[in-house]
Amino acid sequence: MKKTTTPNRVRAVTGRIAQTIPVLFGVVVISFLLTRALPGDPAAYFAGAAASEESIQQIRVALGLDKSLPQQFLIYLQDLFQGDLGQSISTGQPVATDLANRLPASLELTLSALLISCGIAIPLGVLAATRPGSAVDHICRVLVTAGVSLPTFFTGILLIYIFYYLLGVAPSPLGRLDFIYIEPDHVTGFYLVDAAIAGDWETWVAALKQLVLPSITLALFTLAPIARMTRAAMLSALSSDYIRTARASGLSDKKILYTHAFRNALLPIVTTLGMVFSFTLGANVLVEKVFAWPGIGSYAVEALVVSDYAAVQGFVLAMAVLFVILNLVIDLMYTAIDPRIGFDSQ
Amino acid sequence: MTAISDNAAPTDTGIDNPSSHRDGPFSHIAYVLRENPVTLLAFLLFLFIVGCALFGPYLVPYDPLKTSAAHALQPPSADHWFGTDSVGRDVFSRVVVATRLDLSISIAAVGLSFVIGSILGGIAGYWGGWIDSVLNRLLDTIMAFPLFVLAMGIVAAMGNTIENIIYATAIINIPFYARLVRAEVNIRRDAGFVRAAKLAGNTDLRVLIMHIFPNTLPPMMVQISLNMGWAILNAAGLSFIGLGVRPPTPEWGIMVAEGANFIVSGEWWLAVFPGLWLMIAVFTFNLLGDGLRDIFDPRKRT
Repeated sequence: MKKTTTPNRVRAVTGRIAQTIPVLFGVVVISFLLTRALPGDPAAYFAGAAASEESIQQIRVALGLDKSLPQQFLIYLQDLFQGDLGQSISTGQPVATDLANRLPASLELTLSALLISCGIAIPLGVLAATRPGSAVDHICRVLVTAGVSLPTFFTGILLIYIFYYLLGVAPSPLGRLDFIYIEPDHVTGFYLVDAAIAGDWETWVAALKQLVLPSITLALFTLAPIARMTRAAMLSALSSDYIRTARASGLSDKKILYTHAFRNALLPIVTTLGMVFSFTLGANVLVEKVFAWPGIGSYAVEALVVSDYAAVQGFVLAMAVLFVILNLVIDLMYTAIDPRIGFDSQ
Repeated sequence: MTAISDNAAPTDTGIDNPSSHRDGPFSHIAYVLRENPVTLLAFLLFLFIVGCALFGPYLVPYDPLKTSAAHALQPPSADHWFGTDSVGRDVFSRVVVATRLDLSISIAAVGLSFVIGSILGGIAGYWGGWIDSVLNRLLDTIMAFPLFVLAMGIVAAMGNTIENIIYATAIINIPFYARLVRAEVNIRRDAGFVRAAKLAGNTDLRVLIMHIFPNTLPPMMVQISLNMGWAILNAAGLSFIGLGVRPPTPEWGIMVAEGANFIVSGEWWLAVFPGLWLMIAVFTFNLLGDGLRDIFDPRKRT
């Protein structure tokens, strides 16, 4: 491992950012191909069922479908740079606007789910690793295998049945806020944050109640990989030489566990978080459908039902870009966690 | 999907013959099964599920498609073990019959991605060079999508059919196989037995297929098993949001989706039984994957 100086670090970071460009380009190419692979003639589709031959031809020209594929791709790129993802047929709005309006709902759900699952999985994994063979360890193993087998849409429905129908403690699983409350003023789009800013604690509690079940559903799904990786990473960190040295130097157990072992175990955990985020973005679609959550996932499902392809492909592209950016952020976080890391050495 | 990282490490030594000392490979399998009753359970469950897929349609008590308004929404009873749905179809029969469809979809998808992934990974790992770089870029791009979302996009673009569900699931799984094979082939391309095979006059292609590739199979088995569970979840998830399989075909995802409408009024059996069955199937393949890992690769036991 070479010693990293500051200009080196800057170079590493810019290098890593540059690496995302080919990936982003690939993502754009694939989503372009997906939009052009629509079943049948897209022009006829966009023109509607009652369109005449001329109006189909007009639309073909308007959409640029009469041009060659590379030319079409350039037009597609141009539109993308202007933030134009096409027009949604079902809502009549530009897809980009729709997605932007609905993104906060999805992010609020995803982030709270990740908070919950990290809050449970990481301590669980650490405990299991420090006490191998104990009850905690066994609970951890069962949870891990059961967790990855849970279909999110099924867990969601089960939770609704138990907490809404049987126990009656949860509000009806219909969206982000019961209709008797008024949406808080839009600042961040996160209801919990907006309501807190407005000082409207009644709405805040109502929004929280709506959020609990869907975010627990998502959290249950993400719990398993995080706990599994935490346990494995902690086990390997704890059996390493530097821990033995630290023990021999007479450091307290607590200090060894948190400052030595855990810090080193963080790297693989953060990597797993990136993977988990990908699954969460997918699972979001299912959970949003179950809880009628007005996020971008349910938007895509609604669009699928009415064959609103521009909306679906816009959603796919937006998700991919979000995920690429997230992976970039995670890689950059490595430098904060582990100063030894230089990207060019990988 | 933790198997990805677990399988990444090279496993070169005892992999071909984990316990060849004097008692043959079967005693090792027997040992693992004895030591780990959970794996035994997984094998039994696996046989049960395969049995349901093969013989289920001939054994179920009712026609899974036959409606009967007089028997709509009945809770589980001796006549209808899992109750009946909103049009009076027997949920138990539908759940069992659906096994074949769900299993076929995931087997077809996993098989496709296994074959394509092996070819791509084998070529890239053996010859390297620009093919390798291009393949890696391509795989990176696929992995840059949240995979379930990409599957949705593919099905939406190619058309809403069962075949396209299979292709979409195969495409999103290819990177895992290609990377695994590439890594396994790459570490062996200069191994002693490979050089010997080449010296003996075998062509590159023959060395790759007959000598190197079989070595990748043990870790691939683990990957396949873990992947099967995921493919089932994926296919059920896609049909849950209304892609691929059409009602009234019995399929777990659709049945859960239909049952979801009745859960708020308390008819729990419509969604719970297909969901549980689905969960057990996925659980079986995950357990089996862990069990296979114990058999093929004792060192990675956790």
